[in-house]
Amino acid sequence: MDFVPITPNDRKVMLREIGVSSFEELIQSVPKIIPRAKLKIPDALSEPELLRHCGDLAGRNRALDPERCFLGAGAYSHWIPSVVRYITSRGEFLTAYTPYQAEASQGTLQAMYEFQSLLCEITGMDVANCSLYEGASALAEACLLAARETGRSRVLIAQSVHPEYRQTVQTYLKQSGIRVVPLEAPHGAVDPRAAEAQVDSDTAAVVVQMPNAFGCLEPVEELSALAHRQGALLISVINPISLGILKPPGAYGADIAVGEGQPLGNDLNYGGPYLGLFACRKELLRKVPGRIVGMTRDSHGRRGFTLTLQTREQHIRRAKATSNICTNEAMMALGAAVYLGALGKEGFRELALHNLQKAHYCRDRLTEIPGVRQIFPGSFFNEFALEMPVDPERLNRTLLAEGILGGFPLKRWDRKLANGWLLCATEIHSRASIDKFVYVVQRSLK
Amino acid sequence: MTPQSSEISRPSGLEMTPRPPHSPGRVLEPLMKELSEPGRRAFTLPALDVPKQKPEDLLPPSLIRKEPAPLPELSERDLVKHFMRLAHLNFSGETNFYPLGSCTMKYNPKVNEEIAGLPGFSKLHPYASEEASQGILQLLFESERLFREILGMDAVTLQPAAGAQGELTALLMAAAFHEAKGKPRRKVVVPDSAHGTNPASAAIAGFEVVEVKSNSRGRVSLSALAEAVDDQVALFMMTNPNTLGLFEEEVLEVAALVHEKGGLMYLDGANMNALLGLLRPGDMGFDMVHVNIHKTFSIPHGSGGPGGGPVGIKAALKPFLPGPIVIEKEGVYRLESPGPLSIGRVRSFTGNVGATVRAYAYIRSLGAEGLRRVSEGAILNANYLKALLRDVLPMAVDEHCMHEFIATAKDLKARHGIKAMDIAKRLLDYGFYAPTICFPLIVEEALMVEPSETESRQTLEQFAEALKRITQEAREIPSKVQMAPHRMPVARLDEVQAAREPNLRW
Repeated sequence: MDFVPITPNDRKVMLREIGVSSFEELIQSVPKIIPRAKLKIPDALSEPELLRHCGDLAGRNRALDPERCFLGAGAYSHWIPSVVRYITSRGEFLTAYTPYQAEASQGTLQAMYEFQSLLCEITGMDVANCSLYEGASALAEACLLAARETGRSRVLIAQSVHPEYRQTVQTYLKQSGIRVVPLEAPHGAVDPRAAEAQVDSDTAAVVVQMPNAFGCLEPVEELSALAHRQGALLISVINPISLGILKPPGAYGADIAVGEGQPLGNDLNYGGPYLGLFACRKELLRKVPGRIVGMTRDSHGRRGFTLTLQTREQHIRRAKATSNICTNEAMMALGAAVYLGALGKEGFRELALHNLQKAHYCRDRLTEIPGVRQIFPGSFFNEFALEMPVDPERLNRTLLAEGILGGFPLKRWDRKLANGWLLCATEIHSRASIDKFVYVVQRSLK
Repeated sequence: MTPQSSEISRPSGLEMTPRPPHSPGRVLEPLMKELSEPGRRAFTLPALDVPKQKPEDLLPPSLIRKEPAPLPELSERDLVKHFMRLAHLNFSGETNFYPLGSCTMKYNPKVNEEIAGLPGFSKLHPYASEEASQGILQLLFESERLFREILGMDAVTLQPAAGAQGELTALLMAAAFHEAKGKPRRKVVVPDSAHGTNPASAAIAGFEVVEVKSNSRGRVSLSALAEAVDDQVALFMMTNPNTLGLFEEEVLEVAALVHEKGGLMYLDGANMNALLGLLRPGDMGFDMVHVNIHKTFSIPHGSGGPGGGPVGIKAALKPFLPGPIVIEKEGVYRLESPGPLSIGRVRSFTGNVGATVRAYAYIRSLGAEGLRRVSEGAILNANYLKALLRDVLPMAVDEHCMHEFIATAKDLKARHGIKAMDIAKRLLDYGFYAPTICFPLIVEEALMVEPSETESRQTLEQFAEALKRITQEAREIPSKVQMAPHRMPVARLDEVQAAREPNLRW
């Protein structure tokens, strides 16, 4: 099947109007020496054939029940209200481009303004952009901003920050002359006293994740104070759901808050598209990467919205732009705005409380099993690391046979954590589903 | 209710319907915050069924949030009304002709949405074991193969989240390529007609950007390029067809020149819709290319994102690919970490997989013949529309175009004070989204028109007719065009105020 409406008659009429006798005449500027493509790809499929084929592929993926998924590690199963999916599937939003013509894009623009506002409310930060690609590249952008802002050339990243985020920062900063220096996280979190020695007058930023990659809470207030004593910025990588109960980055002095917005009403999608969150102090506004929507007036004095501060961006500033980003994740930002609107003030807090309670219940039950213990001593939100009596990879295989997606084997991040298993429980897990999980784990260990 | 609510003008929901002039102070649709009423909510959690513990017993009190985030409180009905009314304020690819040059706003097939929404794809965790994700790994593996064949390249990474990230990925690979040869190179050359992302990406990748002038026919000037390219040039970033919608006839000579100095040839594939199934970048001297799957490969752009920016490369660049890489062995698919020369990853997880699923479905539904019909249709539609406009607006370069063309309002500006921007705004009144304006930078008062292959002849004729009427208006009642739009939900917006006194949140 194809989607080209040009009939043989159209073609005839059009070629005549153009004044050529064949299509070939239109592409005479293509040198004859360049060969015409003869693609060796499978034949076209009709809609029923395509659905059958893709349905078969989709059917070969397993462990899709969110209630039987105890895997987080940067991407989380939460309940997505129907209303989110409904709004994000509307063609008026879905099939529009970046809102360059503001007068014909007020719907998108107001929704993005609302997204920015909601992100500021949950993070306690002054300003936000209307999204970057995903959490890891959002962090890389934040590090570039910090180096530009401070004129310094060293970024200190806690080793408790998600490894893929650290790797992404390395990639982005590789050619920039900015050094990425690891900040020790000895017992699952940064030790502020040890950190103090590492922050110096050439440090552009201290990067910490809260809750961190192992699920632990970090001593963010101490880290904020010691970063600022040396004139460095504090960049906090947040999990937005946790901010229903945890102190927001704006309240502990973070200069930039970035994070993965996937938990805000976005499907898992095997890793993307996700939602890069970026919020900061207002003093940094003119160095922010990405699109920003502002409220203004039209020529009759009516309220309206438009893309603003565009002189930061690549299409105007070119090589001197604050970032190369053009496409963002507007659709996921829209989903997040609907999601936060659906939960509202009380719902958002309750959601975080449920995550906290379910994860602790799950931890308590699992650690009743002989030989299972919690690895790190600190507090956690909805994710925690356990030391298992067997190799978690093996355990996961057993669980998969029951349709359960077990936790993340931590040895993939740190060889020392050979039997480490990172688990997460959210509001989506009923007590029964947790009990069942614990039962199956216990049985598998026998 | 909020004080403004009695003054709210209710949009009819149809973008084309003329609306009465609004008086100052009115709002089209209140903000969520203005609709908020304490105690309302649109979503309820199940009752907590585990023993309730006090948060203070589980968390350090100093790390507990003091006040709940002041999020708006709405019923589900009000929430849907709010967002649907916002939806109705938008033009979209689905509801309007959207000839936004360089953006390829083609029709987004609905079956692809259905496929991407299958639980087997949408509910799959990125760290699900390989055993649990054979279907998606096969799809990614096959997608890489398809892109390789379509682009004439030896390998493809699907990791970049968008075109600009694809550019950055390729630039970092180019830097690593030269470094591995023991001869790091500092410069990247771009034409003056290049997309802004090219120099911006090059700067992040640590390169010095050298711009070369185009010749009088809108192409890269070989002589200017010969002067710019030396043994410090890592890469020449070319767009072909270029941003004027013209095929770079001397692309092979350009490639020979760049290669002779040891540089790499990069294709910004934003305009790949003109080549699809017809010509392959790998057959015209390019070593690297990115494509924008939200343009050429029909995934909906979602008001600005998501996108996807796969990068294709020739064999010599393989060691530098970002990871993880999908491999196949005896029918089993695995994710493999890249080798020691890899540039590393450019994002978390494996990429915008949901977008790749749609692009895969698109390619499979078209096949080789269907892909060629895309580029032929895009080229035919663009030339037809250009022909219809021959007595309406002058063209930047008057010859057959590829998938898009640039008209200019230079004369209208000189004679009647009508700028490209004015024409763009007036087009909205006629129910058409505007072409890209003021780009490429080398054309004065540019209107960059890209109709795409999915528009019918009748739509193109209506658009041409509208432009004809607008140029007439420009001559007869210029103020009508200068003050446009008149039928949009809002009149022209004050962008200066927006930037001077930023109001970016409630």
